[in-house]
Amino acid sequence: MKNPLDSLGQTVLIGFILAAVAHLLISALSA
Amino acid sequence: MFVTHMWWEFAFRWLHIMSGVMWIGLLWYFNFVQTPSMPKIPDEQKPAISKVIAPAALFWFRWGAMSTIITGLILAAMSGYLLSAIKLGIGDHVGKNTAIGLGMWLGTIMWFNVWFIIWPNQKKVLGIVNATPDEKKKAARTAGLASRTNTMLSVPMLYCMASASHYFALTG
Repeated sequence: MKNPLDSLGQTVLIGFILAAVAHLLISALSA
Repeated sequence: MFVTHMWWEFAFRWLHIMSGVMWIGLLWYFNFVQTPSMPKIPDEQKPAISKVIAPAALFWFRWGAMSTIITGLILAAMSGYLLSAIKLGIGDHVGKNTAIGLGMWLGTIMWFNVWFIIWPNQKKVLGIVNATPDEKKKAARTAGLASRTNTMLSVPMLYCMASASHYFALTG
C-alpha cells in the first residue's frame, strides 16, 4: 500500500482532519 | 515605562511567533516548493540546491525550531499556564489551556522530529557525515517522511495554538 504521506495533497488533507479531531478532543477534555 | 512583566510576556510571544514563522515557513518551503521541484531540475543544476540552498535552509529551519520551543516554554511559564498546558488542562476545565497544551505537545513532537530524525539523516544525505549510497538513500527516505509528518502535524498544531486565545478563550 502506498504511504499517504508520499502525496502532498493527502498529507494536508489528513492535517485538516486531525485539526477537526483536535477541536473535538479539546472540547471533550475541557468540558 | 513599557518594560513591565506584561511587556516581557508580549516580547516573548513576538519572538515565539517570529521563530515559528521561520521554522514552519521553511518546513513548508521544503515540502511545497523544494522537494516537488527537484525532479524538474536538470542533474547538472541539482548541486545548487543540495550544496548551497538546502544546507542554508536547514540551518535556519533547525535553529528556528529550537528558538520556537524555547521562547514558547518561557512564554507559557511567564503566562502561568505551563503546567496546566502540559497536562492538557485536564481537571482544570479551561479550554484555552487544553488547546495550547495540545498545540505544545504537537509542536514538541515536531521539534523532536527536526533535531533527532530529520537533521541526523539530512547530514548523511548532504555528505556532512560519511554514508554509503544505500545509507544515503535510506536516510533521504526517513528524513522525507519525518518532514511530511511535520507538515501534516503543522495543520492541527497551528489550529490548537491559534484557537487557544482566539476561540476557546472566548467560548469558555
